[in-house]
Amino acid sequence: MSPMQLFIEYSIVGIAAGGIYALIALGIIVIFKASHTFNFAMGEMMMLSAYFFYAATVTFTLGPVVGMIVAMAGSILVALVIERVAIRPMLGRPFIAIVMVTFGIGSIIRGVVGMVWGPNEMNIPAILSRSPVMLGDIFVPGKTARAFAIAVVIVVGLIAYLRFSRAGVALRAAAESAVTAYSMGINVRNVVAFSWIIAAITGCISGVLMANVNTLTPHLGMIALNVLSVVILGGMASIGGVLVAGFIIGWLEAITGLFLPSEFREITPYVLVLIILLVKPTGLFGGKEVERI
Amino acid sequence: MSSTVDNSVMTTTKASPLTANRLWLLIFIVALAAMPLMLPGYWIFFAGLLGINIIATHGLNIMMGYTGLLSLGHAAFVGVGAYTVAILQGRYGMPFWVTIPAAGILATVIGIAFGLPSLRIRGLYLVIATLAAQFILHFVFVNWESVTNGDVGLSVAPAVVFGIALNDETSIYYLILFFVVVSTIFARNVIHSRVGRAFIAIRERDLTAQVIGVEIVWYKLLAFGLGSFYAGIAGALLAYFNRFVNPEQFGLLLSVFFLSAVIVGGMGSILGAILGAAFVTLLPEFLRETSLLIGSSLGFDLATILTPLRETIFGLIMVAFLILEPRGLAQLWTRTRRKLLRERA
Amino acid sequence: MLDIQNIQLAFGGVKALSGVSVSADTGKITAVIGPNGAGKTSLFNVISGFYKPQKGRVTLDGEDISSLKPHQRAYRGMARTFQNIALFHGMTVTDNIKLGAHTHLKSGILSAGLLLPITRREEADLEKEAAEVIELLELDKVRNDQVEDLAYGLQKRVELARALVMRPKILLLDEPVAGMNREEKSEMSRFVLRVKEDLNTTVLLIEHDMSMVMGISDAIVVLSFGEPIASGTPDEVRNNPEVIKAYLGSVDETTKSAA
Repeated sequence: MSPMQLFIEYSIVGIAAGGIYALIALGIIVIFKASHTFNFAMGEMMMLSAYFFYAATVTFTLGPVVGMIVAMAGSILVALVIERVAIRPMLGRPFIAIVMVTFGIGSIIRGVVGMVWGPNEMNIPAILSRSPVMLGDIFVPGKTARAFAIAVVIVVGLIAYLRFSRAGVALRAAAESAVTAYSMGINVRNVVAFSWIIAAITGCISGVLMANVNTLTPHLGMIALNVLSVVILGGMASIGGVLVAGFIIGWLEAITGLFLPSEFREITPYVLVLIILLVKPTGLFGGKEVERI
Repeated sequence: MSSTVDNSVMTTTKASPLTANRLWLLIFIVALAAMPLMLPGYWIFFAGLLGINIIATHGLNIMMGYTGLLSLGHAAFVGVGAYTVAILQGRYGMPFWVTIPAAGILATVIGIAFGLPSLRIRGLYLVIATLAAQFILHFVFVNWESVTNGDVGLSVAPAVVFGIALNDETSIYYLILFFVVVSTIFARNVIHSRVGRAFIAIRERDLTAQVIGVEIVWYKLLAFGLGSFYAGIAGALLAYFNRFVNPEQFGLLLSVFFLSAVIVGGMGSILGAILGAAFVTLLPEFLRETSLLIGSSLGFDLATILTPLRETIFGLIMVAFLILEPRGLAQLWTRTRRKLLRERA
Repeated sequence: MLDIQNIQLAFGGVKALSGVSVSADTGKITAVIGPNGAGKTSLFNVISGFYKPQKGRVTLDGEDISSLKPHQRAYRGMARTFQNIALFHGMTVTDNIKLGAHTHLKSGILSAGLLLPITRREEADLEKEAAEVIELLELDKVRNDQVEDLAYGLQKRVELARALVMRPKILLLDEPVAGMNREEKSEMSRFVLRVKEDLNTTVLLIEHDMSMVMGISDAIVVLSFGEPIASGTPDEVRNNPEVIKAYLGSVDETTKSAA
């Protein structure tokens, strides 16, 4: 295979893997839009969902569909508890404090999962077929390809939903300004809770997909910190831009794997982040922050 | 205006409480110094560990509590200090009075290298940069095997001070105690000076800080550099304390540990950093002791859940304090003392 | 002392200031007035260095400071208060005031941390200076209170004190009596006059409140929609037909509505 072909193949696989990251990014941006909260616990919410799925399907031997429903319900419940107990009381506090709260929640979830399920790798029942998908002569691993397809369908579906539903309108109004939203008769609290539900859904699906493509450990969620970092640099402005960030991470990881030993994959997004900070310190698309004097 | 000078001097000098405070401080330090004579070695071990954590927490408190620069990568800078000692001593046989300052300086340089690009701007970018530092430096510890010996780690010979090898918990305790006292006084002095006031001004309102002449980027850099220096010193002491350095010690969990220490103690309080470090150092040990007791009576192996237990506890106290008592134990302490004083009056 | 020449400022095509010139004479109180949206605060932000105008110059004591950053202007002797109180919470009145002396002190991190004699001396001097300003502005009673516990008018006064510790050549006051009751207003006027008379500080202020401006200013510049429409002594301005028109009626009426 020529180097070019190899590059293209890796790129495609990478972008396919990026589908899941885009899903994670969507969960992050929705919460940000609703309440200007950066959710550093997104990855742990996702990881926890995968363990819920594991518990439902393996421990309680439910089928994958029922298992998915159970996992989803559990994830939404956890998200609502987090929002109600830890995020809502922080309303109006400095963003740094809220960042630390979500970071602390991530730590709690990692710890609890570690205590309940232990630190070892686990396998969840395969819900994705292994048989590879061929794009012309390019070979895409079956699970990655199917996970990508599912992720894209969910992302597109959710974006359409947010675009056209009443809830989506309310979300956009709240993103514009909480005061405006209030004056339009929108209950901003409900919008924030709603955004956590959306994040739980994207987290649950991405978690189960990720645990299918890789294996399940309490550190499954670490990848979301990568995604979050790149998303923040992307400017948090548009949902589209944020999705691109997801694909960029997938692609970068794959390309790193092509040139460097595989361990380097875990830090490439951070290296990218530092390079961007050096070259374009105001973020990729972001303008200069203007503060009221 | 000059006519008012004489009166105002009178009202500002309050000599007596200051000396009383000094006296208490002295008594306290003497008590700390006498501790190994009175307590079992097991306790001295924790006192030493606590001392190291206090120094690192002071560092994070200067950055985060006073200047408002959130760092999620403090553990990695502690790691830089520890590896500096392990390498300078192990490879080149350098004495502690070279390795410890070198650890501080290298941690500062690396900290600033990560922080500088984002210190120029406001907001979240520094958070991300420090997160990047955490993962990248940890990656370096693991993968730069020719220098760090990878996951296996490096062993460290005892520090030799005035010809005495500090090879047990008591002797190293005195070295740590010295650094704890110096670093606490230094931090306190900085905070009560022009520099510390500039830090606080930046944390509170950085536009106003500019108007009173504070060069924001420079002071952020100072705070970040000083915080990293403290981390480096703590790491250096940790290397001599454990006599062993490996990447596992400097993971994200340790960064969460320092964050929770600062938050629990009370952001922007020197006393708070000490209280917070004590709280998060001793709480898991206390819980471990009790859970080991319970565990063994149930015939249950608790050793495996120790790390996740800590992870849970640090997270929990961090969140709980942020929500319920954002100014931490220091505030609780002030309030209690005020109440006691009032009752006495 | 402070000379602002022909400032043009626009935000993405929207003109905020077009050709504004103001000069504050040494030892005098100069006021910039104008209705809301006239560009007063924009002008102040240009003077402090937060906004970069497209055109025009700011000169302080003969030196062109147009390209300097805010903190560099502070070192040249420019002090400022804010319309929305910008004190540092969680600190006492005295500590807030001490912050103002940043530009006069030299202690770096090492001399501060080691408490070298230079730092000790500086801190002792600062203690004295802060006490002087506290006396001047009659803040003795609250000197050890937390700033957030103070009444609004007192907080404004603390902000003024912090600016005075800078020993400024030029003091910029951004709506010093906004939101105050009548009593607080007259107190603040008294203190601004005292600053001018006792310390011989040059003052440039922007203000909504006509009675205050007319009462204490030596010279007044009137802005309307980013353009200067009149300037002169309070009496001249009061009788200027342009000004009366800009304020949609008589000066008396605006005094009432601003109060």
